[in-house]
Amino acid sequence: MLKFFKYLVVGIIFGITLTKAEVISWYRIFEMFQFDAFHMYGVIGSAVVIGIIGLQVIKYFNIKTLAGEPIHMPPKKFSWARYTIGGLIFGFGWALTGACPGPLFILVGNGVNVAILMILSALLGTYCYGLLRNHLPH
Amino acid sequence: MWSSFIEWINQPWPWYVAGPLIAVVMLSLILFGKTFGLSSNLRTMCSILGGGKSCDYFDYDWKQQGWNLVFALGLIIGGFIAHEFMSDNQLIQIAETTAEKLASYDIYVQADELLPSEVFNWSNVLSLQGFIFIVLGGFLVGFGTRYGGGCTSGHAITGLSDLQKASLLATISFFAGGLLITHFVMPYLLNL
Repeated sequence: MLKFFKYLVVGIIFGITLTKAEVISWYRIFEMFQFDAFHMYGVIGSAVVIGIIGLQVIKYFNIKTLAGEPIHMPPKKFSWARYTIGGLIFGFGWALTGACPGPLFILVGNGVNVAILMILSALLGTYCYGLLRNHLPH
Repeated sequence: MWSSFIEWINQPWPWYVAGPLIAVVMLSLILFGKTFGLSSNLRTMCSILGGGKSCDYFDYDWKQQGWNLVFALGLIIGGFIAHEFMSDNQLIQIAETTAEKLASYDIYVQADELLPSEVFNWSNVLSLQGFIFIVLGGFLVGFGTRYGGGCTSGHAITGLSDLQKASLLATISFFAGGLLITHFVMPYLLNL
């Protein structure tokens, strides 16, 4: 049980951060897609810049995981169809709900009950993808 | 000193606090030997609900992803803590131009409200507008993230940080999809 505790703590930090920076707000996502404010671009951009630096440091110094194993970032096999079509479909949903999967959970914690219905709908969407995936271009 | 700290905590956090914290979360999970990616949980939850019986995509050892469900539980708790103990229920300070655009659809930001209650409420679910924003929107999030192999956390944060070409294409597509809906479809939807 204790080995799961660290994931809970990091999850709580993430939930607090996205709530306090209003990243989970539909208004902020709408504002982002209107290019009316720098806020969301600053959040994502600074996360990526520090992420790039952090991963380069990890690679340069050959830093291991806490369990002492080498760090391996699974490479994603490039494909045009999968990331273009799948990405567009997610983008449609992102703009409508104003939320990606992480914020859907955080919204529930914020007492936005209707987000539970969004999660159930997302599960149905995931299930339909599972049924159709052998017929879709990847 | 303490009271000004509390006051600061209660205010909305600027991007230069949130962005670095998100990077810390991602890097922590990497040091734990895991990869940051929330949409994997949707597949895991389908698997737990018995999806593996009818579809081989969900027939896998989901217990390997147990840590990610615990992480998602942390998200819910974190949202609760921030809402209950770290907030003074201010209005979301969106740009004036955004507020004006929304006002033309009779949508106004209200105190202690993260999303427009005019659209996102239970009684609106059965209307065409509510169904599209809530149910269809959620469906597309679930379908698209799994088709595209990740969401904002997996592609836009982790994948871009790892300089992966696939994640760059995915992130561009996320934004293209969002821009298409926001600028060409939403004007009709918000008037429904």
